[in-house]
Amino acid sequence: MEHAAQFLNSTVVHMLVGLIGVIALVSVNALFLIWVERKVSAHMQLRPGPMEVGPHGALQSLADAIKLMSKELITPDEVDKPIYWLAPIVVFLPVLLSFLVIPFSQTMIIRDMNVGIVLILAFSTLSVLAILMAGWSSNNKYSVFGAIRSVAQNVAYEIPLLVTVMSIILMVGSFKLSDIVAAQSQTWFIFIQPLAFLLFITCATAETNRAPFDLPEAESELVAGFHTEYSGMRFALFFLAEYTNIFIASAVATVLFLGGWHGPILPGVIWFFIKVYALVFLLMWFRWTFPRVRFDQLVNFSWKILIPLSFVNLLITAFVLKLR
Amino acid sequence: MIELYGIEEKTYTLNLGPQHPSTHGVLRVLLEMEGEFISKAEPVIGYGHRGHEHMAENRNYQQFLPNMGRVDYLHALAYNQGYCMAVEKLLGLVVPERAEFIRVITAELNRITSHLLWFGAYLLDLGAFTPIMYAFDDREHILDLLDRITGSRLTYCFYRFGGVPVDLDDEFITGTRAFIQRLRSRWVDYDNLVTKNVIFINRARDVGLITKDQCVKYGITGPNLRGSGIPYDIRKSEPYSAYPLFDFEVPIGSKGDIFDRYMVRLQEMEQSCRIIEQALDKLPNGPIMAEKVPKRIKPPVGEVYQAVETARGEFGIYIVSQGDVKPYRVKLRVPSFANLSLFPELAVDTLVADLVAILGSVDVVIPEIDR
Repeated sequence: MEHAAQFLNSTVVHMLVGLIGVIALVSVNALFLIWVERKVSAHMQLRPGPMEVGPHGALQSLADAIKLMSKELITPDEVDKPIYWLAPIVVFLPVLLSFLVIPFSQTMIIRDMNVGIVLILAFSTLSVLAILMAGWSSNNKYSVFGAIRSVAQNVAYEIPLLVTVMSIILMVGSFKLSDIVAAQSQTWFIFIQPLAFLLFITCATAETNRAPFDLPEAESELVAGFHTEYSGMRFALFFLAEYTNIFIASAVATVLFLGGWHGPILPGVIWFFIKVYALVFLLMWFRWTFPRVRFDQLVNFSWKILIPLSFVNLLITAFVLKLR
Repeated sequence: MIELYGIEEKTYTLNLGPQHPSTHGVLRVLLEMEGEFISKAEPVIGYGHRGHEHMAENRNYQQFLPNMGRVDYLHALAYNQGYCMAVEKLLGLVVPERAEFIRVITAELNRITSHLLWFGAYLLDLGAFTPIMYAFDDREHILDLLDRITGSRLTYCFYRFGGVPVDLDDEFITGTRAFIQRLRSRWVDYDNLVTKNVIFINRARDVGLITKDQCVKYGITGPNLRGSGIPYDIRKSEPYSAYPLFDFEVPIGSKGDIFDRYMVRLQEMEQSCRIIEQALDKLPNGPIMAEKVPKRIKPPVGEVYQAVETARGEFGIYIVSQGDVKPYRVKLRVPSFANLSLFPELAVDTLVADLVAILGSVDVVIPEIDR
C-alpha cells in the first residue's frame, strides 16, 4: 500500500496525468477555437456560420476533424520526403510541451519550472523551424515564399517580444510563471505596463501568423503559403498547432499582464480561461477587421517602431526600479 | 529551385494562375522574379475564349442579344445598351423617352453592383475578409430589384431593339429609393473601416501609379483613367441615351495610385445613386417600346459604332451590315483588354503582394478580355 501511494505521488505519474490532460485540452480547445473563430467571423460578416452539425454547428469542427483523419495522406512526388513528413510533427510537439509550464491556477501546473517563461519562448521559436521545413521540403515556390517570410517575420518580432517580456521579468525578479502571477495579486501588470501589453499583443499576433500579419499563408498572394502541398491529417496538425499557438500566446499574455488566475468569487481556473478566451477573441477581431500588411511594411514596422519602443520601455522600467 | 534554374541565374519564373485565388477568373500571369521582386510580368489570356464576335456573324441580330450579358457579366446591362443602341442606329429607330429612362436606371443600378463587387473582392485581395460580405449584402438588394423586372440576376438580357419589354412597377421604384437610402447609410461604415484604415492607406497610397501619358498611350478608360486625373466619361463627353438630362459629376483622382482609383469608384457609386434618383423623379409617362419595330431585323447596308461607359471604361461596338439578317462583322472594343495591356508595365519592380493589389485595382473582367 505504501509503495502504491508513493508511486501515485511520484513525478512520473504526475507528468503522465499532466500529459494526457494536455493532449485532451489541446485537441478539445483547438476544435472549440476553430468553431468559435468560424462563429465570430460569421457574425462579424452578417452570416450565421456553421449551423447544421449539432446545435449552432457546435460539432462542425469535430466532423471536420473526422473527415481530415479519414483522408488519404497525399505525398507529392517532388517533395523532400523525410522533412516533408517531419514538419507537421515538429510544428505540433513544441505546442504540446509549452503547456507543461502554464499555470492554469495556483495548483494546476504540471511542472512549475523556474525558467518557465524562457521555456515557452524557446518552444514558440521552434514553430518557425517547422514552417521552414514544410515550406522548403514542399518544393513549391509559393511554399518557399511562405517559409522565407515566416523566418524573416519571426526573427523581426521575436526581439521586441523578448525585450517586452524582460521588462516584466525585471519587475518580478523571477522567470517562474507562478511567481509572475503571484506578483500581480494587487495590481495587474497591464495597468503598470500598458505599452508593454500593446507591444506584446502586436508581437504575439505576428508570432502566431495571424492577420493582419498572416503573411506566411497570405491566401490572395501565396495560395496557402507554406502548407500549400499539405492535405489530410498533416494539414490538420498545422491547423491545430495554429489555434493552439493562439491559445498559448493569449495564456502567456494573461500570465504576464492580466493577473493569471487572480479574480474575485469564481475559482482561479475559470478566471484564467475567461481572460485567455477574451484575448483570443481580440485576436480574432483583428483578423476579421484588418487588411493584410505588406511584407516590407511588416518588417519595417518591427525594426523601426516596435524594437526601439520595447527597448525604451525596458530602460524606463529598469530606471524606475533602480530609483525605488 | 536552385537545381532547376542553375545557381548562376538570378531570376526564376513563377506561374501565377490560371487557378490562383487573386487572378479573378482565368488569367495567368507569367512572372520573372528576383527574390520577391518582379522583373517581368506577362499576362497570358484566352482561357475563357468563347468566340463571341464570330458567334455574332453566325446568327441574326436578336439571337446575338443574350451574348452581350456574358461578355462583361458584371455590368451586363451596359453591354445590352451598347448593342441595342448600335442596332437601333442602323435601323433608324427612335427609342421612347420612358424606355431610355428605364435603361438608365437599370444600367446605373447594375454599375453599382459591379463597383460593390469590385470593392469587396479588392479588399479580399488585400487580405481583409469582411468587406466583401457587406458589399454582397448591399449588392443582393440590387439583384433582387433587377430580378423583379429583368427576370435574371447576373447575365441580363433585358433591353430590346426599340425599347424595353417590361415597365417599372411601383414596388421597384419604392424599393430602389429605399435601397439608395440604405446604401448611403453604409458609406459611413465603409469609410470608417476601410477608407480610413491605416493598413489600407499604406497598401494603396503611391502604389501602382498610372501617369496621364500611360493612360493615353494604352487607351485606358473608365475609373482607371479618371483616377489618373483625366475627366473622361462617355456619359458626359459623348452623351447618349437620357444621360444629358441628369446632373452628375465625373469624380477624378489626382495621382493615379490605387487609392485614387478606389476613391473614384466609391464616388461613382454615389453619382450613380444621384442619377437614379433624378431619373425616378423625372420618369415620364408614355410607351416603353418604339412603334414600328420590324419583326425581322434586317438593317440596311452600312456600318455603325456605338460607345457606352461601363463600370470598367469605354465599351465600343462596331457593326458592319450588308443588308442581311445577320451582321457581316461585329467588333467589340472592351475596356479590360486595354486596361490589362498596361499591367506588365505597372508590375515591374513590385512585390508579389503589390502585384496582386495592382491587378485588383485595375479591375479586369477576364471573360470580357477573352470574349
